[in-house]
Amino acid sequence: MKARVFVTLKSGVLDPQGKAIQHALDGLGFSGVNDVRAGKLIELDLADGTSEADIDAMCRKLLANTVIENYKIETVG
Amino acid sequence: MKSAVIVFPGSNCDRDLAVALEQVSGTAPAMVWHGESELPEGLDLIGVPGGFSYGDYLRSGAMAARSPVMQAVAQAAARGAYVLGVCNGFQVLTEAGLLPGALLRNAGMHFVCRDVSLTVENSQSAFTSRYAAGEEIRIPVAHHDGNYFADDATLDRLEGEGRVAFRYAEEVNGSARRIAGILNDAGNVLGMMPHPERVVEPAHGNVDGRRLFEGLLEGLMARA
Repeated sequence: MKARVFVTLKSGVLDPQGKAIQHALDGLGFSGVNDVRAGKLIELDLADGTSEADIDAMCRKLLANTVIENYKIETVG
Repeated sequence: MKSAVIVFPGSNCDRDLAVALEQVSGTAPAMVWHGESELPEGLDLIGVPGGFSYGDYLRSGAMAARSPVMQAVAQAAARGAYVLGVCNGFQVLTEAGLLPGALLRNAGMHFVCRDVSLTVENSQSAFTSRYAAGEEIRIPVAHHDGNYFADDATLDRLEGEGRVAFRYAEEVNGSARRIAGILNDAGNVLGMMPHPERVVEPAHGNVDGRRLFEGLLEGLMARA
């Protein structure tokens, strides 16, 4: 089975990378980009039957820093 | 003073920290590889050095914070040993939960490598006893992720409890309330982005970092 973990900065946490991307888009002439927030996508290839609780523990213990980040788990197949 | 410096793959300030500790205390620290699950017995001080542990993969300090030796560091801290995290070491200590908050990418996106002015906010801690409160000192920084973040309640608590040890006296990296270094609630763990070990002898052009190590040593001698 596969799982996708989306790690995003919490709202209220400054995202300098997102700001830089926004400015770069603006520089390319794409107007109307109000804000950009950059995050991470982590793809996990897991043994069948890995529980949602185990994946959640992986997120809390390592994949996301819950002081600054939120995470969302999407299991595939 | 019985000390140790933790060495992670990618640490690059471990030897500078060891030299500073040896110069000030007269005893060379034990260098402890990150894969060790035990530290030497009876350590007074553990240094978590700067560098780019594990290539800063995932988040700065994230991998190092989960390495076997950090469990032993947490236990030593819990029994009252001093722990000093510098730069990447500060990032490791926040990731390990030994200090609150997190260090984000610098607000300006640039790697900042220069001498900066710091204000000593708390001169009562074991790490800052040789400085005067409000004193301005010069210590170099060299980091990409030094932008300290914590929620407002945590920042208020840190300020209220005198746990902000050093504050930037100038804009450096976007840190919340210009925080450069913080203490844990027991006062025996300090994390700071600037590098005191780089300014300990006249040949460095400045000795403002030396008193941090001298103060620690003095406190330990008094305690013994």
